[in-house]
Amino acid sequence: MSLDFNDETFRGDFTYRNSAKAIKRFPFPFPEDSYMYSVNMEPHVPGAVGSVFEHMFDVDEHYVSEMRDRAQVLADDPLRCQSLPHMELAGWDLLELIMVSKARDYPHWFELHRDGNQWHWINRPLQIDQKFTFMDASTLPYGPMEYITRQTQGDFTLQDQRDDDLWIEAGMVTTQADWSLDFDIGMSFKQWHAPVPLAHQMQIFDRALKFLLKLQHGAPVRRFNWTMTVDPLLDTSPENYPKWGPDKTTMTAETVGRRQHLRVELQTLHRLPRSNAIAFPIRCYLISFQDLVTVPKWARRLHRVVRDIPDELATYKGFIRNKPLMLDYLAPFDDGAATSPGFGVE
Amino acid sequence: MTKTEFEPAIPSRPSYGVLSPGIGSAHLFVADGEGADAVCDLLSAADGLKAASHIIYVPGANGCDKSTALQALGVAQFHRSPSFAAALPRLTKVLADAHMGLQIYTAGTEGLMAQVAAAAQAAGLPYEAVQMEHRGSLARRVQCVHCKGVTENVTLDPFQCSHCGLSLFVRDHFSRRLAAFQGVCIDAEDPGQIPASVERFK
Repeated sequence: MSLDFNDETFRGDFTYRNSAKAIKRFPFPFPEDSYMYSVNMEPHVPGAVGSVFEHMFDVDEHYVSEMRDRAQVLADDPLRCQSLPHMELAGWDLLELIMVSKARDYPHWFELHRDGNQWHWINRPLQIDQKFTFMDASTLPYGPMEYITRQTQGDFTLQDQRDDDLWIEAGMVTTQADWSLDFDIGMSFKQWHAPVPLAHQMQIFDRALKFLLKLQHGAPVRRFNWTMTVDPLLDTSPENYPKWGPDKTTMTAETVGRRQHLRVELQTLHRLPRSNAIAFPIRCYLISFQDLVTVPKWARRLHRVVRDIPDELATYKGFIRNKPLMLDYLAPFDDGAATSPGFGVE
Repeated sequence: MTKTEFEPAIPSRPSYGVLSPGIGSAHLFVADGEGADAVCDLLSAADGLKAASHIIYVPGANGCDKSTALQALGVAQFHRSPSFAAALPRLTKVLADAHMGLQIYTAGTEGLMAQVAAAAQAAGLPYEAVQMEHRGSLARRVQCVHCKGVTENVTLDPFQCSHCGLSLFVRDHFSRRLAAFQGVCIDAEDPGQIPASVERFK
């Protein structure tokens, strides 16, 4: 593995680590000292150099190991990647979006050469050199969505748009916050969000759906979501809950700083040009509490967010049982000082 | 038994209405258990439909068998099937052979109605093309999210998955594609600590 990428695991011995550079660019998701649902959508435009927003699809030091973890999840359970038959065109749209973006943004790692429909894709970090015919799935080892998302960090879903609704009808989901693609595939927007507490009554999903139905090609948007995960486990799937659930109960005051991770999802939404579907990448970033508290503002703010969150949300996000441990760890880092608004460090 | 009153449900769970005569050249009814009453109510009030009606009936898992009443309606075709699985090849054939204007009605348990709607969708019909009326048992059809096996007629919560044996709690989250509610391991975080089952779905 080259110097650009960590050789690390997201299971077993959990050797996942963030470098000092990765901590500095971590997408801390709280713009204020408390949290409640909001649609919180903003244009997905290029951000500061070095930030996770610099490029359309962020490729970071975890890339190669994360793709290795995905391959293992898929070998164990192929149902994590599914595409209903009418979604193949959207898969090609997604493949094109990712290949064009990565070749433009990271030319030292990725190259795309196009001669009509004869394409040549080079992915140096994963040592892939693939010639294929665009729109001819028989020329790739997997369907187009699976092919490209085996090479791209983050989960992906593809939503078909019809009857003034969005239908989740394809996806690659191996780093999810406890939801099942196999169960949800085929559902409408409000159906697949049905288990989320409080937000329906707040009309969050009415407003989000109205907004997304009008999403324009070439004008992607983004938002954050977050949850908590014990150990840097990417595959917190409901399918494997009996395997990872017990680990949530063995955290102690001595290990909480190292084992408890804030899990941030950078969600972006892209209208696709041929299929008119919406691509929804859900990129997961993990940071241990001990790394997070090295930024004083983040430590103060996270303490206040966890302390004040309604129990219903802490339960839904799966950390109510460890909330006291988390607060005991975070409280000493909160001196009560005011924090500045916004995401940035002070 | 009359139409079931449901508590407010999360948005993935279908809502059900009352069967009413549609305008069409043929009428297909699929019912289980007490769903037979909804079919009888409709056809008694719409006598003219009987000559173009086909009823597929599955007695309820709770023992409710109203075959005699349905047979007495005198419809063009009546078929009693021991289970929905056994009825599915016939249903699939009828849907494949259907002409424009076929009206589809289903009544009874949620699991049966959802499987009928899924079969209709597989045959190319929209979900809304199937009229649904809930009657009788609230027993649920539940997919184990872990082993993917479906357990029929679940009345207890938690219950033991009939395939992998895990103790599952039953969520209200419902997949129309799978025609099933979702079951999730209840003691994943504390293996062996399984609360006593209660009869939640009668």
